[in-house]
Amino acid sequence: MSTNENTASVRTMAADPERVDLHVVSGFVQPGAKVLDVGCGDGTLLAMLQDEKQVEARGIEIAQARVNNCVARGLSVIQGDADNDLAVYPENAFDFAILSQTIQATRNPRIVLESLLRIGRKAIVSIPNFGHWRIRSQLTTGGRMPVNENLPYSWYDTPNIHFCTIRDFTELVAAVDATVERSVTLYGRKGHLPQSTPLAIRNLIGNQAVFLLSGGKA
Amino acid sequence: MTQQDNQKQSAPVASPPGENADSDLVFDADRPLTLDSGDTLPAIRLAYRTYGKLNADRSNAVLVCHALTGDQHVASTNPLTGKPGWWSLMVGPGRPIDTDRYFIICPNVLGGCMGSTGPTSINPHTDKPWGLNLPVITIHDMVNAQAMLIDHLGIDQLFAVAGGSMGGMQVLQWAASYPERVFAAIPIATGSRHSSQNIAFHEVGRQAVMADPDWCGGDYLGHGKSPRKGLAVARMAAHITYLSDDALHRKFGRALQDRTRLTFGFDADFQIESYLRHQGLTFVDRFDANSYLYMTRAMDYFDLAADYDRNLADAFKDTKTRFCCVSFTSDWLFPTSENRTIVHAMTAAGAAVSFVEIETDHGHDSFLLDLAELFETVGGFVNSAARLKGLS
Repeated sequence: MSTNENTASVRTMAADPERVDLHVVSGFVQPGAKVLDVGCGDGTLLAMLQDEKQVEARGIEIAQARVNNCVARGLSVIQGDADNDLAVYPENAFDFAILSQTIQATRNPRIVLESLLRIGRKAIVSIPNFGHWRIRSQLTTGGRMPVNENLPYSWYDTPNIHFCTIRDFTELVAAVDATVERSVTLYGRKGHLPQSTPLAIRNLIGNQAVFLLSGGKA
Repeated sequence: MTQQDNQKQSAPVASPPGENADSDLVFDADRPLTLDSGDTLPAIRLAYRTYGKLNADRSNAVLVCHALTGDQHVASTNPLTGKPGWWSLMVGPGRPIDTDRYFIICPNVLGGCMGSTGPTSINPHTDKPWGLNLPVITIHDMVNAQAMLIDHLGIDQLFAVAGGSMGGMQVLQWAASYPERVFAAIPIATGSRHSSQNIAFHEVGRQAVMADPDWCGGDYLGHGKSPRKGLAVARMAAHITYLSDDALHRKFGRALQDRTRLTFGFDADFQIESYLRHQGLTFVDRFDANSYLYMTRAMDYFDLAADYDRNLADAFKDTKTRFCCVSFTSDWLFPTSENRTIVHAMTAAGAAVSFVEIETDHGHDSFLLDLAELFETVGGFVNSAARLKGLS
């Protein structure tokens, strides 16, 4: 399997086979908005947003076969990736720039986040949480990098080169002068923790989190 | 220039040609065409073919633009070679560009040698072939001539315009010059400008033609001659640029042609030499040498951004056209980077653009070949565009 294919499958493999996070993302998007989904996979989220929110949808996806899936669904998707293809978009080209469960696979997450905040009036970022208690315990008691159904890759062939915890990501948001407008932490199979839950708790039991961000214009 | 393009000209509307007309159709313009060079062609003719049936509201027309040495026989047997149409894998019943659903129009380009006005057609001022007296033709001129044909057919908006290589340049020019007349555009393996290296290869080809004494300063028709050797060499050099090192190696390697050992001479010892000689020889039977000069020049002159203060994105400003761009990993004539430049400009303009880079070692000619990924991409795009346009 090539690196590209690895990276392409991050979204369906990294955290949540049912993609509960997509519904949270969708809840953040206003109807009729212009939306870019970076790492859009086979276009599931974009198609959902098109149907439910009548958005003007655009996508970027690294794997050719998945781009083909998107094109066949009538979506406008270009083959590319977050590290290389965000620079060409003008400032505020989109109402929402979405990066769902992909930031951990980018080469330079900080620059990617800054780009998202530049080209979108708002950014929506979802991350798998490496601070989850089970991952912590696998590392501390087993002494090995975690491998489980949500993180199926060995350390030497994983596309996920920049894992972070919810706390880490929150600090990056502050570092790029952005603001968390809303966030939802997902735990268990379908549980939601509100933003008011203490960060330490969210960081311990959340398996993923979705952030609605604004600001951060360079 | 662009504004003038956009003005819809009134022209008598033709009745749509019959389904699968099995011979060339001819369009003779009823007004002169002013060229980018400043010259005016008093009368132009386009030879074209159509496939499928134009629907009642004339909304299912697809214009296919051919490449440098292509012609109007996109999906029907070529009368000169007896071979299937050059894109019969892409265009036909049940194909991605489906002749059962769409009305496909493919004209021979202005400056060509398959029946459209070109260097072999008669100059009305002299009653002799134009030869080198034909003004230089640009991609923009070709597209303006095609627009006159589309007017003549009574079609306001083309459902799609598609083409590869020089055909892709025409697609881009259509989208830039006539945005409201193009619902969907499919530029494949092309560029927004001809690169220095590509101009260089074309110049080698032209010099080969002009170095042949039978070229007669361009007036070989008047002398009853033909610069066959020069044109064959031009084709041989160009043909290499359409392939890739890997594909050549896989197909020919260093294999010898009809012999078991080297001859220590200059015969075609190697299969690749024999293959190229064959390509050159068969090409001269179907193509006019001066037309080759005009076609290569048209590509060399193409630089879409130059018409928009070097800002390519402005060529697609406010466009409502949907785009599907395709490149091939082993294409070094129009590499992915050139195609991506187009995609980025469209992106910056906010256009609805899809882009796929297909992995193959077949080089530039990939767009003509049997590649499932290419057909899936184009077919998927065309089908979804048809749904959006409400074509059943």
